[in-house]
Amino acid sequence: MKETPCHVSRDEALIFERSRPGRTAYSVPPLDVPTVPLETWIEARFLRTEPVAGMPEVSEVDVVRHFTRLSRWNYAVDVGLYPLGSCTMKYNPKMNERVARLEGFAFHHPLTPEELSQGSLEVLKTLEELLCEITGMAAGCLQPAAGAHGELTGLLLIRACLEARGDARRKVLIPDSAHGTNPASAAICGYSVQTIPSNERGLIDLDALRRAADRDLAALMLTNPNTLGLFEEEIEEIVRIVHEAGGLVYMDGANMNALVGIARPGDMGVDVIHLNIHKTFSTPHGGGGPGAGPVLVTAELEPFLPVPRIVRRHDGRLALDYDRPHSIGRVRAFYGNFGVLVRGLSYILTMGPEGLREVAETAVLNANYLAHHLKDTYEIAYPGPVMHEVVFSDKRQRAYGVRNVDIAKRLIDYGFHPPTMSFPLIVPGALMVEPTETECREELDLFIAAMKAIDRECRENPELVRTAPHRTRLGRLDEVAAARHPVLRWRPEDSRARSAASPESAEKERVASPEP
Amino acid sequence: MRYIPNAPEERAEMLREIGCPTVEHLFRPIPERFRLREPLRLPPARSEAEVLAFSRELAARNAAATEYALFLGAGAYHHFIPSVVEALISRAEFTTVYTPYQPEIAQGTLQALFEYQTLICQLTGMEVANASLYDGSTALAEAVLMAERVTRRREILLADSVHPEYREVIRTYTRALGVNIRRLEYDPETGGIAQRGLAPSAETAALVVQSPNFFGVIEDIEALAERAHEVGALLIVVITEPISLGLIRPPGELGADIVVGEGQSFGIPLSFGGPSLGIFATRERFVRQMPGRIVGQAFDSQGRRGFVMTLATREQYIRREKATSNICTSQELCAIMAAIYLSTMGPRGLREVAEQNAQKAAYLAREISRQSGFRLRFSGSHFNEFVVQSERPVELVLDRLRERKILGGLPLGPYYPELRDCFLVCVTEMITRSMMETYLHVLDEL
Repeated sequence: MKETPCHVSRDEALIFERSRPGRTAYSVPPLDVPTVPLETWIEARFLRTEPVAGMPEVSEVDVVRHFTRLSRWNYAVDVGLYPLGSCTMKYNPKMNERVARLEGFAFHHPLTPEELSQGSLEVLKTLEELLCEITGMAAGCLQPAAGAHGELTGLLLIRACLEARGDARRKVLIPDSAHGTNPASAAICGYSVQTIPSNERGLIDLDALRRAADRDLAALMLTNPNTLGLFEEEIEEIVRIVHEAGGLVYMDGANMNALVGIARPGDMGVDVIHLNIHKTFSTPHGGGGPGAGPVLVTAELEPFLPVPRIVRRHDGRLALDYDRPHSIGRVRAFYGNFGVLVRGLSYILTMGPEGLREVAETAVLNANYLAHHLKDTYEIAYPGPVMHEVVFSDKRQRAYGVRNVDIAKRLIDYGFHPPTMSFPLIVPGALMVEPTETECREELDLFIAAMKAIDRECRENPELVRTAPHRTRLGRLDEVAAARHPVLRWRPEDSRARSAASPESAEKERVASPEP
Repeated sequence: MRYIPNAPEERAEMLREIGCPTVEHLFRPIPERFRLREPLRLPPARSEAEVLAFSRELAARNAAATEYALFLGAGAYHHFIPSVVEALISRAEFTTVYTPYQPEIAQGTLQALFEYQTLICQLTGMEVANASLYDGSTALAEAVLMAERVTRRREILLADSVHPEYREVIRTYTRALGVNIRRLEYDPETGGIAQRGLAPSAETAALVVQSPNFFGVIEDIEALAERAHEVGALLIVVITEPISLGLIRPPGELGADIVVGEGQSFGIPLSFGGPSLGIFATRERFVRQMPGRIVGQAFDSQGRRGFVMTLATREQYIRREKATSNICTSQELCAIMAAIYLSTMGPRGLREVAEQNAQKAAYLAREISRQSGFRLRFSGSHFNEFVVQSERPVELVLDRLRERKILGGLPLGPYYPELRDCFLVCVTEMITRSMMETYLHVLDEL
């Protein structure tokens, strides 16, 4: 297939390459105090002699066009279906942005005295209470800035709790279908990691769990529903095994979108859970953050939560309580990603209890709808009743020399963001699809049609799929070469080399790729 | 529900199509006894107008910098944010995307992050930077963990003049790993690191200092680097106020091995302390020990330049428990905000803003110390923050200022008992001369 340009094809240079000495985009009011020679305030040897070298000198128009053009090279949720499994890429309500930008929030300094911070403290306290109700836990901390940060916090809490019981333990069990952050978090907390295999149904192998649940077991880190999109039906037994061995159950709440309003981890005996506010409670993921990863715990673990705790005084005023002798300490300066938490609160207040239940119902229905319509086309390794996501594999398409990565890249040509790939690790050639509740039926039907068309192409013209994408500004990028000779920043000589090498070919490129 | 597009009839049709009698049936893997019989006890759903009104009412209970003159710094700074920053960062093509796992349709995020990494290298004088960590405090904790990996040593020398909350985060992060933390005292005269006690040993993984430090005093990075390197330790420098880099020589030029910082000053609103931006930069030879996501240049088959996430073999999704960190989601959008801010300011704008901060702080410090009963506590070089020692009770002084809608500074007693008669004052370009005159007038009246 010939290259069919349909994106903005301008070869937008780096901002540094746009720099022209003397251009300015900034304005600063005139200095309104009498000046002194700077050297009387700062020793001369500490001062820069010249402005920062290499920083771009551009006009405001340059900045606006540059970043606007860059933005158009991104595929976003506001453009269409973004079915990245386990990432819960759902629509982000616009109202939440407006709320987070209210001046009383956006320009509120974190060290403002408590009595002048009652609004922000109320946001945090209210959200903490609502999340406790949603998860069925006793208390929580909103400091963690992301899911993995919540995992770290949760494991430190478990560690502190076990030490307080006089029973420090060293081992954390993690199913082989877990997110990569789980083992990494356990390692930072000084734990050794033991992998628990999944059984033939894609659920935790209970016998393996029983064998591993010895006197050294500190915690099981469980994602439920797991990354195959399956609910761990034996949750009660899993919890019983871990508790009887003297360990605690940590739940990775990344997949709460399937459970919210339907069932509560606290009722199932989970001891610690983190939530991803940016997933379940719908805040923009920002290209990889900021997120927020609050942890919620049982009453037994409450004393160990990070400081400060937000407490309600008898007169109803909120205060920051640092006097918590058993606390693990801070996991972050100040109180967390407040701006993200504000959005999460708005979302919960807008949805209400029935709305949250409808989220889970629709998310699960949408995933089952995709599974139903694609199961004859793409292999489903573990065909249990799925929750909010479904994992297909490339097993059938591999017969034609096409792998999951090719299918993913070809989906781009059809105008979709690809699913999560090569994950979970236990499914070779995985394509992990999570449609979320904010996709309407037509969008799902289009996706199904595209997936079926790609399957046909695999049989009729596999080369077309293997060399995709064809409709993007750039072809597949050589990531192996990029890692072998990493170029991690721009240097002035790079541009000179580039323009000296082939000014003509650069010009030709521009001509050859006109705008749509 | 307005965020859920399918109408009830469509839902019923879809259920029929997949052969599912009821929605409830979809949840059959969840044991019956765990399924909620009653709705969650949450407030009933509210309309957009109601939630907005509720939020406005809460926001109005805060003393925001739009209403109060803000002389508070200490790790969060009120700087002017050019309009282009919000306009550009609000674009849904930046906000509503995920981690750029598919580079062909994520070049916007990737190129912007590559530009951010470059800007951070230029500012800090370092060779490589990652595409952000959560905030300054966790970036510092990660730097300490990295220094351990690099040196295989178990002791750090941590300056008392590092932000107290940052020190707490380091303690939380390292406690489980049995790191030995030794204190580095500050010189009671200058406010910089005291020479006595500055005795790194062959066990020392890193010297950890902040500059400008928590008291606003600029440290002698060159001398500290020399002391650290003598014993094979690393020098970690944390910067909570990166606007200072417009004016002060960068730690990278002076021998620092890891430079971390809080990037909130670069176009990111205060937002009660978050989201903010963890800056992390180091030497090229340590790049494979660096935590977090890194973006690198790559080419497609036709030789066209693009950008990808690279050096992933350090990262948790590949290396699992052997990864350099557990970081996945961090603060990429904030990094892009910083890139937009810094592109807008350029080298001269950044310098001019930095100079204004220093000049205004110098002016207020001088005028305060002319008031009877007040003096500048430390004699070292400062940037935009300084410690005032008061003969009057600090609470009284700050209360009086508050009555005039001035948040006059941060009492230091809770952090440093020996400085209970002191408070930390910050002056940025947002402070006008008339705010300072009111401030001085209140002190004069005491």
